[in-house]
Amino acid sequence: MMFLDDAFRVKVGLAEMLKGGVIMDVTNAEQAKIAERAGAVAVMALERVPADIRREGGVARMAPIRKIREIMEAVSIPVMAKCRIGHFAEAQILEALGVDYIDESEVLTPADEEHHVDKRAFKVPFVCGARNLGEALRRIAEGAAMIRTKGEAGSGNVVEAVRHLRAIQREIRQLTVLGKEERAAEAKRLGAPLELVEWVAEHGKLPVPNFSAGGIATPADAALVMQLGAEAVFVGSGIFKSEDPEARARAIVKAVTYYNDPQKLLEASEELGMGMPGLDVARLPESERLAVRGW
Amino acid sequence: MKTVGVLALQGDFEAHARALQEAGAQTRLVRKASELAQVEALVIPGGESTTMLRLLEDEGLFEPLREFGRERPIFGTCAGAILLASDVFRPAQPALGLMDIAVERNAYGRQIESRVVRLQPEPEFVREAGDGELEAVFIRAPIIRRTGPGVRVLLRYLGDPVLVAEGLHMAATFHPELSADRRVHRLFLRLVEQNKVRAE
Repeated sequence: MMFLDDAFRVKVGLAEMLKGGVIMDVTNAEQAKIAERAGAVAVMALERVPADIRREGGVARMAPIRKIREIMEAVSIPVMAKCRIGHFAEAQILEALGVDYIDESEVLTPADEEHHVDKRAFKVPFVCGARNLGEALRRIAEGAAMIRTKGEAGSGNVVEAVRHLRAIQREIRQLTVLGKEERAAEAKRLGAPLELVEWVAEHGKLPVPNFSAGGIATPADAALVMQLGAEAVFVGSGIFKSEDPEARARAIVKAVTYYNDPQKLLEASEELGMGMPGLDVARLPESERLAVRGW
Repeated sequence: MKTVGVLALQGDFEAHARALQEAGAQTRLVRKASELAQVEALVIPGGESTTMLRLLEDEGLFEPLREFGRERPIFGTCAGAILLASDVFRPAQPALGLMDIAVERNAYGRQIESRVVRLQPEPEFVREAGDGELEAVFIRAPIIRRTGPGVRVLLRYLGDPVLVAEGLHMAATFHPELSADRRVHRLFLRLVEQNKVRAE
């Protein structure tokens, strides 16, 4: 099976090492150093954080190479970078640059409205967003070595992250109780390869780590998604759009480690300044929702 | 039955707990200093050493862990090996100093240099753990650049030590918890058993 070969195990291996950690969006070397000092397990190099992409509009592309390189030189933790959905040339450039993970991300403007990147063709691992089990398994079939639930990036609102995480968990549970003869029809309904559907039904989990992203702004948000089954957390605008980024970054790191310990969560939540302003996702028009990008 | 703790601040601690159980131990995840009293040995898993160090210092675990290591066995893999070392460089960072080894971080390069290899163990490993090649999964791995006189080398890759033991402790720069072969974890459990006998 594809996800048991050595090349794929090495890709998943790095995701394993990031478990129980926080991956932080950064836009320059100074922010990357703050993130590393605060205990981030990795940083995501971006030109603009999602909240600014949302506000400023225009086409959002792969970050400028000079900027990613500056971040790679500034920290010793893994550096990830985003390419547009379906933009395999951006991905080739990021691989040549030597980033540690590529996020084929709905936060950037899609380059292809039908096809995602064939991630099996790369040596560098990919993470992709998903809102439900079918989407997650399609991305894994294309070669993604890590899934992150999409949430709604740049919203400061955790409601979509919770929705997507619960959807995936529920659909996995449902698969495990289906009769074997029902799996093929379910694979068709999910739009996912039968081989992967069978694997999930047997194991009761995804074959790659499942992290959470999109709208996590506080230590409590981080603990919430961890308790709902996320294995690590991506924080985008939530840190560097808040009043005291370093304190918030440390607090979220602590909350992810001690997600099941209310006393520690209280300590993490104490003495934090104002979080980023949030958006009511229910009032966002469909055209402004990032999570619907990807197919 | 032995209860072995797995430091669960961050990283692949679940994989280690499973591996230890398969090798015949009981496990307990350790996140606070008070929990160290309930285990007779500890595994420090793979993950990001800078993150673990931050949490060890912020949560008051650094000194208790060093104390623990004076009397009880610790096995560190990758980030765990970095934390056990006496000298960490490129870039430099503090460590527990429980093993006389100098470790260079991310020494093979970035993720693209991560790899799975099959290695022929050193005679000492074969004697203690059994014959046959051993799979080693390296993820952004460090390299042990210097070993002190009391350090035994059990496995090498490209000439560099990748599995070492000294006194109560063991360190691997690869991830035996990500392979199906349990010889490395069983070797650590033997060390735990020997320490128990000595303590009694």
